[in-house]
Amino acid sequence: MADTRTITVNVNGEVHTNTINVRKNLIDYLRDDLGFTGSHVGCEHGVCGACTLDINGETVRSCLMLAVQADGTAITTIEGLADNGVAGDLKKSFAEKNALQCGYCTPGMLASAIEYINAGGNADKDKIRRHISGNYCRCTGYQAIVEAIYSVAENGGN
Amino acid sequence: MKAASFLYELPEDLNTALQLLNSSDIDVLPLAGGQSLMPMMNFRVSQPDLLVDLNKIDSLKKIDSDSNSIKIGSMVKYSDMEKSDLIKEKIPLINNVIPFVAHSAIRNRGTIGGSIALADPAAEFPSLLVSLDATIELMNIKGTREVKSEDFFTGIFETDRKTNELVTSINIPINKSPKKFGFYEITRRHGDYAMAGAFVTTDGDKKEFSNSRVVLFAVSTKPLRIIDIEVFLNGNLLNDVSVQENAIDIINGYEFEGDLHNDTEAKKTYAKVSLKRALGELNG
Repeated sequence: MADTRTITVNVNGEVHTNTINVRKNLIDYLRDDLGFTGSHVGCEHGVCGACTLDINGETVRSCLMLAVQADGTAITTIEGLADNGVAGDLKKSFAEKNALQCGYCTPGMLASAIEYINAGGNADKDKIRRHISGNYCRCTGYQAIVEAIYSVAENGGN
Repeated sequence: MKAASFLYELPEDLNTALQLLNSSDIDVLPLAGGQSLMPMMNFRVSQPDLLVDLNKIDSLKKIDSDSNSIKIGSMVKYSDMEKSDLIKEKIPLINNVIPFVAHSAIRNRGTIGGSIALADPAAEFPSLLVSLDATIELMNIKGTREVKSEDFFTGIFETDRKTNELVTSINIPINKSPKKFGFYEITRRHGDYAMAGAFVTTDGDKKEFSNSRVVLFAVSTKPLRIIDIEVFLNGNLLNDVSVQENAIDIINGYEFEGDLHNDTEAKKTYAKVSLKRALGELNG
């Protein structure tokens, strides 16, 4: 039994191997040890959605996962989102529709939005609202975010 | 806040996990999806000496069925259940409820076993399992035992599970034609824990209530099965509005647990609204 462990993760295409304390949350490992500060720490108990990112193609709350649990996985943070395809379309659409103000929720919001479009989510504002209900935004009032995702969904995803 | 220090083990088989759980001199907790345990550890409500991570134990991740029941391994995630054709076909109620359990990022990690071992009275799955008359399988190093879901939940975050036991699977009986069901919950935000909710199940091949179950959640310390209402409903037509109204009136005779935001009277009102809408769904 140990309180440290060596892990290897692939973050945005780069492989990192580190020995870390087992109590470290994934979000803190990504930000403090690897310098990927694009993903934000919000509530640290899984409610606000700010730290949502993609692991092996699925969204997770990186504050509710130990870094050691990410051993062997491929992680995509906001820094790793492409400028083309679904991620690029959403980034463009968020900018065009003013779907962010302070930007704190945006990395998590985009992770959820990408998941919605990739799962074949259609241009249905109620469904979009339900899908992003796990991501708090305290600036926009959500209308612009829903519009941004809607417009990408309307154009068939990409 | 961050979790206090702990030791961590990642066993690859069930036996090793059970051995670790059997340590009597230290405080050991199993880690399933972590979607409730991690926040509790971050708040330091929970400070185990040793965390036994169950995520590498493949034998707990299976969904099997025979002619009488579906057996869902305790480490099956909500997102796995959502994708299971077997569950969709045999117990559609589960598929209908899953979108209401938190949010997709939580469902990608959270497990059925974790949810029921935690026994949050406002969570959907404990009451869902009582409404389906599920059986919980538990194991320790000495062997296996089964507990009816109704007896498993004993209070707020309290179950019949001993500290050296692990929930290994959930067995849900299946009928020739799937049960008809109604489900409704009241939440502040989609995906949040319910302020109140109701499940109604009844035999799928009849126009009258038959072998019905009525279970309320988020209004008591545990899943609240109301047998008085079940007895009243059985034999009556599903679509009889006056029967539904009289069934809801039975709730007036019950006391409910208030919480931080809602007093006992508010909970009673929410319980009645939830039951009314759940009953209304039966004919849909």
